[in-house]
Amino acid sequence: MSADRAEIVDLATMPLRQLNLALHRLRPDTNQTLWRIANPRGRHSVAVGVDVPVTIEIDGHVGYYCAGMNKQATVIVNGNAGVGVAENIMSGTVHVKGDASQSAGATGCGGTLIIDGNASARCGISMKGVDIIVRGSVGHMSAFMAQAGSLVVLGDAGESLGDSIYEARLYVRGKVQGLGADCVEKPMTDHHKAKLARKLTTAGIAGIDIGQFRRYGSARRLYHFHVDNVY
Amino acid sequence: MCGIVGLFLKDPKLEPELGRLMAGMLGVLCDRGPDSAGFAVFGPGGRDTVKLTVRGDEATDFQAIARRLSEALGTRITAVGRHTHGVLTLPAAREAEAKAALGAVAPELALVGAGKRMELYKEVGRPDLVATKFGLGAMTGTHGIGHTRMATESAVTTDGAHPFSTGLDQCLVHNGSLSNHNAVRRELARDGLTFATDNDSEVAAGYLTARMHKGASLGQALTDALSDLDGFYTFVVGTESGFGVLRDPIACKPAVMAETDRYVAFGSEYRALVDLPEIDKARVWEPEPATVYFWERPH
Repeated sequence: MSADRAEIVDLATMPLRQLNLALHRLRPDTNQTLWRIANPRGRHSVAVGVDVPVTIEIDGHVGYYCAGMNKQATVIVNGNAGVGVAENIMSGTVHVKGDASQSAGATGCGGTLIIDGNASARCGISMKGVDIIVRGSVGHMSAFMAQAGSLVVLGDAGESLGDSIYEARLYVRGKVQGLGADCVEKPMTDHHKAKLARKLTTAGIAGIDIGQFRRYGSARRLYHFHVDNVY
Repeated sequence: MCGIVGLFLKDPKLEPELGRLMAGMLGVLCDRGPDSAGFAVFGPGGRDTVKLTVRGDEATDFQAIARRLSEALGTRITAVGRHTHGVLTLPAAREAEAKAALGAVAPELALVGAGKRMELYKEVGRPDLVATKFGLGAMTGTHGIGHTRMATESAVTTDGAHPFSTGLDQCLVHNGSLSNHNAVRRELARDGLTFATDNDSEVAAGYLTARMHKGASLGQALTDALSDLDGFYTFVVGTESGFGVLRDPIACKPAVMAETDRYVAFGSEYRALVDLPEIDKARVWEPEPATVYFWERPH
């Protein structure tokens, strides 16, 4: 198989388990580096657990947990993604061209998740190092209990952004409906502007005025037991 | 878990296809709710007639019941039997009398719904088999809602299956669980509503019926539900001319909608919508939490 030829998989005929098994069996030096998946038809767990540097392009809407636990691979969804896209992503890139449902990038440890449309509630819940970039808006409780990484939102953020956040950097260009417990606005220094600019460049997003973003993060008041919080 | 679906047709050319499309949607959601299934279809109806959907068992002779009811009321009543359910069509003016007479003529039957156009079927069993037994695939109409149940709040019985109907041409399917249903049920009972089950979803149906009875539109009733009903819910509601969707403010239960020039569709998951006509060109989105969506047919 030559490197420039794509593997074509039609999920209308190939069982999903067979596809995932084939992806899991790829060796790090595989020549099958480009996969095109047709007819996902909202199926759950498409291209989960891939651990090789290949590109997987999915044409259509996917169901839950697409590209979950992704390592090294680039997974592109030409459609919407259901609950938990790229959950626990370790590295690599997951790019959703449409909208993402709830808990996008949940517990993600590394890598990049790009969502061209909107993400609904709890985007980046318990994130642990992933960089999430949403070109649209995010729903309520996004970055809930976030521990590390960054959430960049070009649109608006819903209620209780960053509730019970430990760390992680949240950048929002639009309005924030409300901040959750222990999440506060922080100054946008040149250091942060430079970091944000790099993240946008990495995601292939140009022509955005960095000055329009505001930064939010942890006030670090919930780190330790506080006797006054006892009821 | 549970799965819910809804389909509201804008293009009359699709009306002969309603049952077939809904059966496909329900079948896909078997794995979200394998215990029981049900659906309500808004089909043809006369201006001066009303349809009562009653439930017996597989041996029930609905034609004989229609004959006995006709004699008791002195008017012509027709019946169409489908599996364990029968639809009795009678003059709308005689509805209350017919309901009373039914209790005397066939006390073993349960009344599951009434409406000018609504027919309501539900049964224990795998959703695709339930749909086949009732012949959903051949039904026609303007809109319908359906449910596949994984029971959490009450027993797996036909009574506990969805949809629930508490008013003429009004029905509801629910995914979730309400936490204040006992208190709301008591309040509604004080206002004269009766309930057939301990089910939380029946209370939601009763609540909307009570609001609409007091003059609220479907959209207003759903807006009121946001402040009066507590718990997790995604509701899909049907009335004679309308179709509505509401999710709780936490958006605990999944929901996907699709709209084209020809229809509006709802599914717990996108998988349920993939066989709808030209779904690739539909606008597909997740309904916002605590936001009322409803569509009305032009009169």
